[in-house]
Amino acid sequence: MDLLPFFQWCYDTSLGETIRNSTWLFPVIETFHLFGLGLTAGAVLVVNLRLLGVGLSRSPVAQLAAAAQPWLIGGIILMFASGIPLFFAESIKCLYNYAFWVKMISLFLVLIFTFTIQRRVTESGITSERPQVGRLTALVSLALWFGVAGGGRWIGFS
Amino acid sequence: MSLLAFFEQLAESPWSVSIHESEIAYSLIESIHVWSMCLFFGLTVIFDLRLLGWTMRKVPVSDFARRLLPWTIAGFVIMAISGVLLFYAIPVRSYQNIFFRFKMILLLLAGLNVWIFHSRVYPEVATWDVDKAPPKPARIAGALSLALWIGVVASGRMIAYNWFDCDRQPQPDIINFLTSCVPTE
Repeated sequence: MDLLPFFQWCYDTSLGETIRNSTWLFPVIETFHLFGLGLTAGAVLVVNLRLLGVGLSRSPVAQLAAAAQPWLIGGIILMFASGIPLFFAESIKCLYNYAFWVKMISLFLVLIFTFTIQRRVTESGITSERPQVGRLTALVSLALWFGVAGGGRWIGFS
Repeated sequence: MSLLAFFEQLAESPWSVSIHESEIAYSLIESIHVWSMCLFFGLTVIFDLRLLGWTMRKVPVSDFARRLLPWTIAGFVIMAISGVLLFYAIPVRSYQNIFFRFKMILLLLAGLNVWIFHSRVYPEVATWDVDKAPPKPARIAGALSLALWIGVVASGRMIAYNWFDCDRQPQPDIINFLTSCVPTE
């Protein structure tokens, strides 16, 4: 599959060009991207630490996951809203960037995992009888988010 | 010895040069700084939102402090160590960087807020532990914490940009004053 035409199209949009030609826009959008990352991380960690048995153990998993969900979604929306413009500004560089693909694949997997498998696990209450199921989903989620954050940071290094 | 002279000397030390010149070491430390930021900043944001009464109201505030504060502190310690190493790799430029200086001031204020909260507000937690909206002093501490840490993250991100660096002259006098920069020409 040849992705270059699509990446080139993103690069050539006026959005991409405006950001590239500005001194301040890229850094400022990047900062909002970090806020989104922080918010997402907080919501993810509260649930995953609970599943691992090292967090808010006295609160039911389902209740915590439900309370964290709007902040998780808010964080993800903020990351997309800032990440897409950043991508448009340097999409050609991303195409050949190994870290970018690590990040995108991790992101794709973690989003699907979070909103299908992990959601079912937290809602079902199965973790009170079989905590190891919850622990496993927490480890998968943390490992994938680790890849998203690390890959993201590494895009800038190459 | 002036601070600048001290950091100039630091910049010549073998370890500082090694980290600075090793692409892998510097990038790895920077990544550790970001990962630990997720731990520290993420959990701090959630705790602040709880103090504001905006989320997880059924969870006692003391539960957060007992069970999540150790993780938050661990995140902070890793951030501080990796942050010191990042500074150590580029001491002179960081010392004279306006965003770095601003970040240190915000960090100090954020620390002060933590200290006031834990010495004045938190000891009374038993009386409002399960309140849906914590009392005003707790809400103020939460809001201040949120604002200050957001400022720390933002100014930290900006350190990478050299707009106001000492070796980029001319700069307005106020900038050179704030960065203790004496232009050579």
